[in-house]
Amino acid sequence: MIWKEHYEVVVGLEVHMQLLTKSKAYSSDSAEFGALPNSHISPITLGHPGVLPRFNSKVIEYAVKLGLACGCKITEENQFARKNYFYADLPKGYQITQDKTPICTGGGIKISTDEGGEKYINLTRIHMEEDAGKSMHDQDPYDSLVDLNRAGVALLEMVSEPEIRSAEEAYAYLTEVRKLIRYLEICDGNMEEGSMRCDANISVRKHGDTKFGDRVEVKNMNSIRNVHRAIEFEAKRQIALIESGEVIDQETRSFDAVNGTTFSLRSKEKANDYRYFPEPDLCPVIVTQEYIAGVKSTMPALPNELHNRFTKEFGLSEYDASILTDSKPIALYFNELAGITKNYKAAANWINGPVKSYLNEQAIELDSFPLKPSHLAGIIEMIDQDKLSFSMASQKLFPELVKNPEIAAPQLAASLNILQEDNSDMLLKWTQEALSKFPDKVNEYKSGKHGLIGLFMGEVMKISQGKADPKKANQMLRDELSKN
Amino acid sequence: MYSSLAEVQADLTAGKTTIESVTQQYLARIEERKSLNAFLEVFSDDALDMAKKADENRKHGKAGKLSGMVIGIKDNLCFKGHKVSASSKILEGFESIYTATVVERLIAEDAVIIGRLNCDEFAMGSSNENSAYGSVKHHLNENLVPGGSSGGSAVAVAAGLCLATLGTDTGGSIRQPASFCGVVGLKPSYGRVSRWGCIAYASSFDQIGPLANNVQDCAAILEVIAGPDAYDATLSQREVPQYTKELETSGKKKIAYFKEYIENEGLDPEIRNRMKELIEELKSEGHELTELTFPYLDYVIPAYYILTTAEASSNLSRYDGIHFGYRSKQATDLESTYKLSRSEGFGKEVKRRIMLGTFVLSSGYYDAYYSKAQKVRRMLRDETAEIFKSHDFILLPGTPGTAFPIGEKSSDPIVMYLEDIYTVQANLCGIPAISLPLGKHSNGLPFGVQLMSKNFDEANLLAFSSQMMEKVIQE
Repeated sequence: MIWKEHYEVVVGLEVHMQLLTKSKAYSSDSAEFGALPNSHISPITLGHPGVLPRFNSKVIEYAVKLGLACGCKITEENQFARKNYFYADLPKGYQITQDKTPICTGGGIKISTDEGGEKYINLTRIHMEEDAGKSMHDQDPYDSLVDLNRAGVALLEMVSEPEIRSAEEAYAYLTEVRKLIRYLEICDGNMEEGSMRCDANISVRKHGDTKFGDRVEVKNMNSIRNVHRAIEFEAKRQIALIESGEVIDQETRSFDAVNGTTFSLRSKEKANDYRYFPEPDLCPVIVTQEYIAGVKSTMPALPNELHNRFTKEFGLSEYDASILTDSKPIALYFNELAGITKNYKAAANWINGPVKSYLNEQAIELDSFPLKPSHLAGIIEMIDQDKLSFSMASQKLFPELVKNPEIAAPQLAASLNILQEDNSDMLLKWTQEALSKFPDKVNEYKSGKHGLIGLFMGEVMKISQGKADPKKANQMLRDELSKN
Repeated sequence: MYSSLAEVQADLTAGKTTIESVTQQYLARIEERKSLNAFLEVFSDDALDMAKKADENRKHGKAGKLSGMVIGIKDNLCFKGHKVSASSKILEGFESIYTATVVERLIAEDAVIIGRLNCDEFAMGSSNENSAYGSVKHHLNENLVPGGSSGGSAVAVAAGLCLATLGTDTGGSIRQPASFCGVVGLKPSYGRVSRWGCIAYASSFDQIGPLANNVQDCAAILEVIAGPDAYDATLSQREVPQYTKELETSGKKKIAYFKEYIENEGLDPEIRNRMKELIEELKSEGHELTELTFPYLDYVIPAYYILTTAEASSNLSRYDGIHFGYRSKQATDLESTYKLSRSEGFGKEVKRRIMLGTFVLSSGYYDAYYSKAQKVRRMLRDETAEIFKSHDFILLPGTPGTAFPIGEKSSDPIVMYLEDIYTVQANLCGIPAISLPLGKHSNGLPFGVQLMSKNFDEANLLAFSSQMMEKVIQE
């Protein structure tokens, strides 16, 4: 990419996350996704005359959790504000949000860069607000339809400083944010369904410039990959404009996922004046230090904490630790397993190998996986004690154990007849049988082609159906071949 | 016609009448005085059903506190299954799907809700000329205004169309018409009465309150409608005193009055003189009256109009022709739906206030207007609270004059806004205020006097008002 030699892209991201609260932010209506249109609506959601908001305090708890996880300062006196604009899916004509007193300020998100380093992206703020309803323009040939189930669902908006310098960093930032909110279980982070949404403020400037260029806001990117694509496209579009002597319109653009481009939605002149002012229907919410301490005590382990633990305490590689901490259930499963077995590397391999393959094949999540960490610990122990080979364990025992999780691994292995045989009589019998099949090769070996030992081992394993203890079988073969 | 709940209840107890019969008398009286245009709708059948139920409850010894009270509600209070319009075309035909907390509480205590009362559109106005359904007429002279915005509520009580009414008061909308019509009107402390189901004009000012023939009935209603409600987050959680039981006890009080308010050249000389007489009469009753200077009279109206219109511009955004209410038939798309529905649906004064409020909140003007007005509000609140550290009440005129002819002030909004000059202070400060009928002008019209107390001191305010009416004004 030649442009990167001369220009850098400057990106700030606004992430909206729909909170997993049972009811909406300012009413007791259900916030559940996927119900029949306009079934989760009361006079409050409908914005009928005379209604008043009723604040759902769970929103504060979730906001404080996220703030603590990002190292933010938590605001003590939280005022609500009205953001005024007209749209068909905004029944009140204003959104209840926060303006001057966002619940979290400062803090940041640590990302890994492509160069293998780390970078800290500072946050400007996180504030509480409510979602709008959903307008649908493609359901009816003449009319637009409005579903108000989503209207009033609690949101947190997380705004980053314009410190992101590439599409890759944006990608890493969003991946980290999504991981974090999933760990905290405050949002399911599903960009396709829109429970996590991202707007990108994008500008470009020549390397070494200290002033920011004029920025464009891009909306409607429904995956992390599309955010990446949109930034790449916008950077090139803006540089082309600058190179041809034109100016960048400070406008709002929409991403078109089909051809990977952006198009203008509205110019700055047409931008809304939202006329923020303090929401008179809600009293400020006071967040005390005691409250924060209470939330802190219920915080789950966070991905970076687990990552540290896995590398420092358990001696795993960065790579293994990253894969394990990508998903909270996997990380916690490993964490539990690591409490039972001391063979951490084997534990990581089992989870990243057979367990994940099984989940993928069955297309299920870890919560429907039938084996407990203790099952896996049992298998690992048998392998460590040379009672079972890894291949037997992964190919024979594991698939059977998944079907019969109630049977203990050693018993099942015994009944499958796959326990390693270290009985020397049996080994001797298999060894002799194997060698007797290849009299010519035996002679060749004896005349110096020692590489043929692999062929004989293979035959021993074949005859023993894999049960031969490979170390002992190998020794016995050598012993037999050195006779005469 | 009955003039107090006590009279009605005495007759009910003596078996001389029934609530149904009382209700029927009021229904007849409303019909008789239809030209006043006080009621937008009479809930005849429902009212009689409620009356029968209340009679039934009496029979079984389960009479509610307001048993025998036939009450009208201002047309900005929601009552499930009934139309509510805030006297606006934009809510033409709109029926509420839930009931305001105050209405629910009245019904729970056996009050009969007889109908909804005309008012200024969205409670914006001081003459009731801003109703989309026509002006309310003064009961003593139908060429005069009754005051506003709760004009229907005041006239209905004064003309005996019902025993009491609910109004709402954002800047004087209960007290100013009460003063014009010669009835008692109470604006409670902000946060005393739930606003759930009250169509918002300016949320940080609006309060629902009673209008009645006497202080006792106001106390009885307040006792029922006040108090915490999970549906209004701005309510005080403090307990509601038994106002009706505390009316008899009121000792010698310290009362302040403002020189600037009494000497204000906009005040009718006869009212000024009567105010001065009252001050002397109170002194002779042994109360301590202190003249104070309060040099902020020029700021109350501008601060009030900036803040209330700002809130109104946002509160009235929901009337957009999309989800409910009036939609222009000429609308072809989203933008024309907004523009035409709102242009056609709102009246002139409402549009004026929406535009003013939108302006004062716009980027670049917010600090010059909205922020500054908020500072004025805070200052007024602090200064007023300071006075209450050493005084029980502040005594002040109710209105600058008496009821004026329909059409006389409607062309000049500034002149009209000055009608509220004595009433907005209580709303800006969030304190309770009551308007009591003080006397009759030589033009034959009544006028009121106001008392304000510190926050949530309604019990003392009502008790002193009751004593003052009995021992001073009505003597």
